[in-house]
Amino acid sequence: MKKVLQGNEAIARGAWEAGVTVAAAYPGTPSSEILAEIAKYKEVSAQWSPNEKVALEVASGAAFAGARAMACMKHVGLNVASDPFMTLAYTGIKGGLVIVVADDPNVHSSQNEQDSRNWARFAKVPMLEPGDAEECKELTRIAFDMSERFDTPVLLRGETRVSHSDSLVELGERKAPKVPLGLDQKQSSKYVMVPANVRVRRVVIEERMKKLEAYADEFPYNTVEINDPAVGVISSGAAYMYTKEVFPDYSYLKLGMVWPLPKKLIADFFKKVKKVIVVEELDPFLETEIRALGHKIFHGKDLIPNMYELSPEIVARSLLGKKYKAPKIRVKPEDLPRRPPNMCPGCSHRALFYSLKKLGAFVFGDIGCYTLAAAPPLSALHSCVCMGASIGQAYGAGKALGEEGLGKICAVIGDSTFLHGGIGPMMDTVYNKGYSTSIILDNRTTGMTGLQEHAGTGYTLAGEPANMIDYEKLVKALGVKHVRKVDPYNLKSTMQTVKEEMERDEASVIITENGPCMLHRREKRKFPHPYYTIDTEMCRGCKACLELGCPAISWVEMESTTKDGKKRKGTVSINRLQCPGCGLCAQVCKFESIVPGKVGA
Amino acid sequence: MMNDKVTNILLSGVGGQGAILASNILAHVFVEAGYDVKKSEVHGMAQRGGDVTTHFRYGKKVYSPLIKYGDVDFLLAFELLEALRYINYCKDSSKIVINDQKILPPAVNLGQARYPEDIPATFRKFFNGNVHVVKGQEIALALGNAQAANVVLVGAFSGFFPEIKHDMWVRAITDLLPKKIHDLNIKAFEQGKKALT
Repeated sequence: MKKVLQGNEAIARGAWEAGVTVAAAYPGTPSSEILAEIAKYKEVSAQWSPNEKVALEVASGAAFAGARAMACMKHVGLNVASDPFMTLAYTGIKGGLVIVVADDPNVHSSQNEQDSRNWARFAKVPMLEPGDAEECKELTRIAFDMSERFDTPVLLRGETRVSHSDSLVELGERKAPKVPLGLDQKQSSKYVMVPANVRVRRVVIEERMKKLEAYADEFPYNTVEINDPAVGVISSGAAYMYTKEVFPDYSYLKLGMVWPLPKKLIADFFKKVKKVIVVEELDPFLETEIRALGHKIFHGKDLIPNMYELSPEIVARSLLGKKYKAPKIRVKPEDLPRRPPNMCPGCSHRALFYSLKKLGAFVFGDIGCYTLAAAPPLSALHSCVCMGASIGQAYGAGKALGEEGLGKICAVIGDSTFLHGGIGPMMDTVYNKGYSTSIILDNRTTGMTGLQEHAGTGYTLAGEPANMIDYEKLVKALGVKHVRKVDPYNLKSTMQTVKEEMERDEASVIITENGPCMLHRREKRKFPHPYYTIDTEMCRGCKACLELGCPAISWVEMESTTKDGKKRKGTVSINRLQCPGCGLCAQVCKFESIVPGKVGA
Repeated sequence: MMNDKVTNILLSGVGGQGAILASNILAHVFVEAGYDVKKSEVHGMAQRGGDVTTHFRYGKKVYSPLIKYGDVDFLLAFELLEALRYINYCKDSSKIVINDQKILPPAVNLGQARYPEDIPATFRKFFNGNVHVVKGQEIALALGNAQAANVVLVGAFSGFFPEIKHDMWVRAITDLLPKKIHDLNIKAFEQGKKALT
């Protein structure tokens, strides 16, 4: 039976068909859907872990116990999980272990653009790369067999245009894994990575890579299509799909396994075609390696961009050069107003960041929806590096600035991000006598990636009630003496609290309360009024409310006078359909021109 | 008889308008009609009010999940500015359905940029009679739920594909949506279909 599946759904399906029983992940675009999908299969114990390192440790523990297990993450997630990852290459596994890592070329929703293929070479671990949903399913399934056959973790590379593309998939049956469950104490020389054992395993890795190289030459998803022998393209994944689309008559060597490379197959391909072009997204990974094998590449990264994502027209334009016929420009897209993402109307983050803006603080930010506060008109977030960085950076800046920095620095971090990577740096701030204030924006979910549960929400991925972290108790246990809670929608008291804590010469924590994500299904804040509206006779057109950057509020230019004869250049308008009635704009208005709307009015 | 040509449909709109459901309906009907399909969309930050596009392609065999710039056969836009943003993706023969709805982007809200004027007229200048403006929201509101505007648009759009029979569209709607909103959405689809003919 064939079914249209998203790439991520297909990865979940492939893992299920392979008999996987344990899957762990921390959400991250474009990988998040894999776990949500695999959780639907009753045979699989699927979980959100606090971060990718933990997820990989959980999955590898399951694999040591003989189960087929999977850990999923976005590209930057593997940076976090790299510590266990690098050493798991030495230990090998017992049950199959597959690590899915999804790249984000063009940085649709990430803090950097990195090419995860480099991890495969770095760790000496094989990597498979699907190009569509069918391949996602099949290569995931095969990855588990490979993992057990070669006693190694296997990387599966996703990326935005594969993970988030849908296409037809032939569904198969679930097969029970052959490896028996159980732990074996006699295997400790394989699993205990102390120097004497490591040196032995180091040799095993090299022998394994040789076997994998030989396997690559017969790997069923490394395929050769000889059409016109004048030009041969070596490519993989989405890059192959784009190239095949615009140059259907070229010959192709399509690699389903991008590490290690099939040396014989590549050498044969060079004999069969006249000129070889390498088309790959991001780094010149294949190109560098194929050149190192001694082959002469006609074109590669000299023509194909090494940054952002490829597309059919970029491949066509790059390879055709002057022969490329650009399509007609009817309207210059740069003349149109952009539509960047924005916090939702009513979002509690908007309230908090408006307060921080008014206080003039330097805000060390973190990863989540609140990163959007960096954009105008709020412009109230001044750094964003990686998960959890805000707290350590704010502490470090305070160390550098000393008294000068008092009252001017804070860190903001979401609830899920705090649990992911914020606890260590907070411990450090207290232990080493830093003074920064960390604000935990508790919106009761992992917002940006699509509302996933975490250890602070009180529910598991499967929807079962679970332990719920008490942030106040947690940070007090870390040694933070000053812990306060604020209602972010109360601007005055929030500003006062933040000001007092920022001026304190000791570590402090502020936790936002009763500010669940506006898209939250389970938790909703009750606002006192259904919506707000503008008293157009009174509005002075001062634009103070526009500083909130609320999507529901817009400027209407039209010179006129107020009821009491004041000249104005225009008024604002509130879109009733968008306004949830949070009332922030009414607090900001100095002329009492923003008033509660009435039901049925 | 199916030819080798791949047909390219670009759906554009603002996060939250339901473009993904619309593209799922398209996938459902074209798969049932025996085609290979591919569709691609960007998730993540797009749900926070940003612009969203879905590339949808069907044919005998589809390789790229992305449509080549300038190769769009059909543009289905859920918002006026988001139609205009993709006008260059179209070719002279493109057929275009635009929802008559404005959602103001931040710079316009702040009074720092102007929302482009008379977008349908700009389209008609280049595509003449192939431009269809549908009052998706108005029609959906009259049926009792503005959220069904996306299915109104799909209904209007369905007129371009006579080989897809009415019951296939209805089956897609009933397969993809919860039961309690079947009637509403089937009506939305039918009203949309009428709006174009």
